[in-house]
Amino acid sequence: MSRRTSSVILTALLASTALAACTSNEPAGNAGDQGKLSVTSDAKTCELSAKEAPSGNLVFNVTNKGSQVTEFYLLGEDGLRIVGEVENIAPGLSRDLVLKAAPGKYFTACKPGMVGKGIRSAFTVTDSGNDTELTGDDKALAQTAGSQYGSYVKDQTEQLLTKTQSFVSLYKAGKDDQARALYADARRHWERIEPVAESFGDLDPKMDLREADLEPGQTWTGWHRIEKDLWPPKTGYTALTPAQRATVADQLLTDTRTLSSRTRTTTHTPDKMANGSKELMDEVATGKVTGEEEIWSHTDLWDFQANVDGARVAFEDLRPILKKKDKALDTSIATKFTALQKLLDQHKKGDGFVLYNELTPAQVKELSSGVNALSEPLSKLTAAVTL
Amino acid sequence: MTDEQQENPRAGVSRRRLLGITGTGAAVGAATFAGGLGLGRATADDSVPQGGSRTYPFYGGHQSGVVTPAQDRLHFAAFDVTATTREDLITLLQAWTLAAAEMTQGRPAQADETSYDAPPADTGEADGLPASGLTLTFGFGPSLFRDAQGKDRFGIAARQPKELARLPHFPADKLDPSRSDGDLCVQACADDPQVAVHAIRNLSRIAFGSAEIRWAQLGFGRTSSTSTSQATPRNLFGFKDGTANLKAENAGDLDQHVWVARGDDPRAEWMTGGSYLVARRINMHLETWDRTSLREQEAIVGRDRPQGAPLSGGTEFTEPDFAAKGRGNEPLISATSHVQLAHPTRNGGAKMLRRGYNFTDGNDALGRLDAGLFFLAYVRRPSTQYIPMQNRLAQHDGMMEYLQHTGSALFAVPPGARAGGYVGEVLFT
Ligand SMILES: [Cu+2]
Repeated sequence: MSRRTSSVILTALLASTALAACTSNEPAGNAGDQGKLSVTSDAKTCELSAKEAPSGNLVFNVTNKGSQVTEFYLLGEDGLRIVGEVENIAPGLSRDLVLKAAPGKYFTACKPGMVGKGIRSAFTVTDSGNDTELTGDDKALAQTAGSQYGSYVKDQTEQLLTKTQSFVSLYKAGKDDQARALYADARRHWERIEPVAESFGDLDPKMDLREADLEPGQTWTGWHRIEKDLWPPKTGYTALTPAQRATVADQLLTDTRTLSSRTRTTTHTPDKMANGSKELMDEVATGKVTGEEEIWSHTDLWDFQANVDGARVAFEDLRPILKKKDKALDTSIATKFTALQKLLDQHKKGDGFVLYNELTPAQVKELSSGVNALSEPLSKLTAAVTL
Repeated sequence: MTDEQQENPRAGVSRRRLLGITGTGAAVGAATFAGGLGLGRATADDSVPQGGSRTYPFYGGHQSGVVTPAQDRLHFAAFDVTATTREDLITLLQAWTLAAAEMTQGRPAQADETSYDAPPADTGEADGLPASGLTLTFGFGPSLFRDAQGKDRFGIAARQPKELARLPHFPADKLDPSRSDGDLCVQACADDPQVAVHAIRNLSRIAFGSAEIRWAQLGFGRTSSTSTSQATPRNLFGFKDGTANLKAENAGDLDQHVWVARGDDPRAEWMTGGSYLVARRINMHLETWDRTSLREQEAIVGRDRPQGAPLSGGTEFTEPDFAAKGRGNEPLISATSHVQLAHPTRNGGAKMLRRGYNFTDGNDALGRLDAGLFFLAYVRRPSTQYIPMQNRLAQHDGMMEYLQHTGSALFAVPPGARAGGYVGEVLFT
């Protein structure tokens, strides 16, 4: 479970800007002074500090001097293709648009009030000799990546549903040993696609809330409620009655069905996939590597592996785009996934893993370092695939 | 009486030389009590004194260190009282008062001459340092009134304020008992960390036999401004913090939101002119935050990072417009943003005087910085000004993904001591 309500904001925000270039306050590395432009937008004007710039990384620092929310676009020669854009610049604020532009003719546009064609001017990118593969042709690649990842999500939710059905019937029937044996196995399908599940803000707390995250008076449902009942603390715990078991179990199954049907219509854009990949590794860093996720069953390494699986699949699906945009980053992330998997493999036992509480502090630290090594380059993935 | 600063008549005179000059500190302590102007009359010239020699009076109607312009450094300590009699507790408070009145004026904790064969009365590490704006603020925890079994420890249980109860468990709390609660607290704030540490060390020394430190926290940078003349500092997430904080210049706000008024609690009239201090040690997952895109960071905070302006536009001090819409008719400031969830309009008008500090205590076993925000807030009624808001934040704030509350305490901060009296005297008379 994560408390990531923020991903709800993000998906809403990013869904509408699938084509957005990254916006940043850090000017891109090799943008020389000529590659830095300032844009002033108000109700009537859209003033640029220059009419042309050399090809390569460009930074448009857009300041809204008007009284309405504004947007800024760099459009292709046809005036239709969006090369890059920044949205939601409120009055008084400024924001950077960072992008890679090939030589050619363009249009710039400010859109005060976010309506209409915007205030347009012609803009030229001259040939600097810098290697700039054309951007904007990535639609097909993005679509392929999104549909591949969509199939993965579908497959995982189907397996999750099947295994959850078996799990809850075992649990309701009091076959605790068998339920315990299936717990981590079923959950890994959830953990693999957790960012997708979290994007439905109401389901995550119902299905994956930890006891520590409860508010006084709040009803506790979901996986971890059952976890505690199957691995009860030695003292001070009252086991659930068969009727209580049935209620919690049926609720989990219902919620899993809802999740499964909702994911059918989810679209997967490169930015969402890249963010999801990074979020999965954040989950590992804050919950699994510290043993806080599965405090009763200690099956944190199953979740750990599942989060890594999910992050890796999203990354693999995005690689064709990333290889075009940033080869070095692609290599770096791939190498670190492999290294982290090697560390995890040391703790494999049968079909699963050793329990978290069997790890030594040195082993936990080693895993944590592996997560950090991967997460750092992975955090650059979103910007890279959308640039 | 207010936290009006005073020109230290002995600016530049070292503590070491003073040690020889002042036989007893009492007369000098009383002299510094003199000139408290009303807050409303503070002018731009004197509201934030400059330089290390500034001093704030210890005695007065309110304790210093609440609305005092937040100093740069903090040393905070919570104490367990080991004394078992009311008399011993009072003696401790009297001794602390005398030492605090001295140290806040830049003088040694105890000025008594000692024999060459005795340990020095003052520990000495602040010799030669100016007062550095030191304030010492004292508070009483719920456990001072009743022990775990509910027993009245010092004959004061009948006067325990109804607001002074242990804070409830909030969602996602991971509290460390050894960093939580306490019978007494001392908040030492100064512009020089050595001066703040010196103060806590000497008060702890004075307390041996009567009270001992339960937990302590160093803060290296203020995260709030409590005066309009101060710039808003940044927290460890890199964002300006406490922009909308209550400010000392707004006396009406302070009376409404900070100071306990007569009649607030009939069984604890002694709290009139006092306040409640919420202390929370909030660890920040800096490593994962630093891997988060600026887009998400700003969406979580609800302000832009460069200037701290709300995402609805304007500058730092522009009121956020939660109704403002952007692309796709989505609100510019997310409903789960920190600025919205913590805003008074979303919390029944409740405001707090925040006085928190950035901290770092080395690292954890995984090589991550053990760092965050040591949250301090003064409120008139924790039950309406802090508890409901924290419940909402803990459940809905997108920032919670990057936070973990690891320490918690609530203290009743009595009104200021009168010259010749002692801090908390009103509780015992
Ligand atoms: Cu989770």
